[in-house]
Amino acid sequence: MPEAPLPDAPVLEVAGLAKRFGALVVLDDIDFAMRGDEAIGIVGPNGAGKTTFLSVIVGAHPPSRGTIRFRGADVTRMPAADRCRRGIIRTHQVPRPFSGMTVFENVFTAATSGGGAGRDEAYQRSIESLALCGMMGVANRRADTLGLLDRKRLELARALGTNPVLLLLDEIGGGLTDAEAGALVETIRELRHRGIGIVWIEHIVHVLLQVADRLICMDAGRIIADGRPDDVMADRTVIDAYLGGGAG
Amino acid sequence: MSPLGSMRVQRWTPLSVGSVAVSVAVLVLLAFGPALFSPNVIDKLTTLFIYVLLAITWNALAGYGGLVSIGQQAFFGLGAYAAVRLTHAGMSVYPALILAAILVAAVSVPLSAFMLRLRAGEFAIGMWVVAELLHLLVNLDGLIQGETGTSLIALDAYSAVARRALTYWTALGSMTVLLVLLLVLLRSPTGAAIQAIRDSEEAAASVGVRVLTTKRVIFVVAAFGAALAGALWLSTTITFQPKTYFSVQWTAYMIFMVLVGGLGTFEGPIIGAVIFFLVGTWFGADGVWYLIGLGATALVFALFLPRGLWGWVDTRFGLRLLPVGYRVVAGREPPAVPAIQTPHIRS
Repeated sequence: MPEAPLPDAPVLEVAGLAKRFGALVVLDDIDFAMRGDEAIGIVGPNGAGKTTFLSVIVGAHPPSRGTIRFRGADVTRMPAADRCRRGIIRTHQVPRPFSGMTVFENVFTAATSGGGAGRDEAYQRSIESLALCGMMGVANRRADTLGLLDRKRLELARALGTNPVLLLLDEIGGGLTDAEAGALVETIRELRHRGIGIVWIEHIVHVLLQVADRLICMDAGRIIADGRPDDVMADRTVIDAYLGGGAG
Repeated sequence: MSPLGSMRVQRWTPLSVGSVAVSVAVLVLLAFGPALFSPNVIDKLTTLFIYVLLAITWNALAGYGGLVSIGQQAFFGLGAYAAVRLTHAGMSVYPALILAAILVAAVSVPLSAFMLRLRAGEFAIGMWVVAELLHLLVNLDGLIQGETGTSLIALDAYSAVARRALTYWTALGSMTVLLVLLLVLLRSPTGAAIQAIRDSEEAAASVGVRVLTTKRVIFVVAAFGAALAGALWLSTTITFQPKTYFSVQWTAYMIFMVLVGGLGTFEGPIIGAVIFFLVGTWFGADGVWYLIGLGATALVFALFLPRGLWGWVDTRFGLRLLPVGYRVVAGREPPAVPAIQTPHIRS
């Protein structure tokens, strides 16, 4: 593991980031920085570029322009697997379990690969991650037998198996009941308490606001507001972006 | 602190310990084969060992790695060809069979740099193209005389009895080595990473699996196994005709054995190889009807037992004879390391 930077140094710095798919501009000149102890919520209308933003940060897509620095090092051209080994991990909006493997084996693979753990440490970390996500009861089930809720939990448990520094969550709260959402909020708070930086895209804003101490609103590939959650939610441009440009 | 401390990961069960013990006993017994069995049985068993070799390595590639290749005859043919070349250069036959397979495995490393960039159907067909190309290249070698082929003349140095026994032992040893190698590989964290890539390449990369490197491991092991099978086949039939060895039928046989036995299970392909061997022994002389029977059997399995015989047993009874997977169980043994209380970064 690289040496931890000073507490005030940004864990993640993004400068002039752009992503185009052909003529379609999905991310347009994004500047962003966060400290490792922050929990940041990202909101924005569909198609704002939120998921693409996460994909570019973790290395699933190369950016068209701009740089990404993680814990002081330039990771812009680094393969996704190596970024994960340095401590960046994301969950997928549409879960992508390793369907032919058991739930435990899913998390174990993450712990030995991205987490770099030896066998015994990986066992322990996998069991702990599964317990934290309430999945011990299904640990030996094949992942392709899980329902949607458990598949989403598995995304989170597998991400935790890598022992992340920065956790990027893509709509893991969608479709949850109030009680389930409450449990999820408790889990994410626990992760913060352990010192993991959080970036969380979520449409269910009241759930997001229980964890986020900073809120970002994206629209048309740009960050249109960034600050304290109350201020961002009251921001005129944010309200316009959600309700359509003509409102008010 | 929590009941977590009582959870542990189980790999060996009484059943798997028993199965491995029985397997070892059977292998030891088989090692005395030439002293126990008739020449006919020895020849038949040698064929069976080669079938097992083909089935387990194709299953490792396709069933565990998700790399469905219909061009493994490339390595099968190349293995035989390399053995011909090595013995022609003066090397003793049996070491040449092994070295041939090692050389082919070495050739598969640079080949993997191109082929593993292809996905799914492209990879499957691409491997077939590679096999055809290698077939044509081998034909250009004057020693082979085009499709006329040549023979492993160096085998004449041995008496018929010695040749039969040596070929049998080499095949048995090769099968055993590959079985152990694959069991160790698939039990290791690399084995888990290989299966993760099969299920979702993007997700595997996102949790830190180095996709290309990991795929390369299984690709090279599968190439080694197919090449070894090809070289051994040469030592049983003596003649080398390129079109026989580079024929897609070899991969068709591998697919048959693995699909019938159970794709992606460790036990299945071994069972599939035994079935294929028995069917071939009983009906192989029936020519076209034999092939029609094989096709019909594969069709019935694809329709009604898509996970093969052992896949069905696994789904139905959860039986695992060989300890490839992981099970979390409640147990009294304390965990090997203390639970992670704090993250590894800053306090």
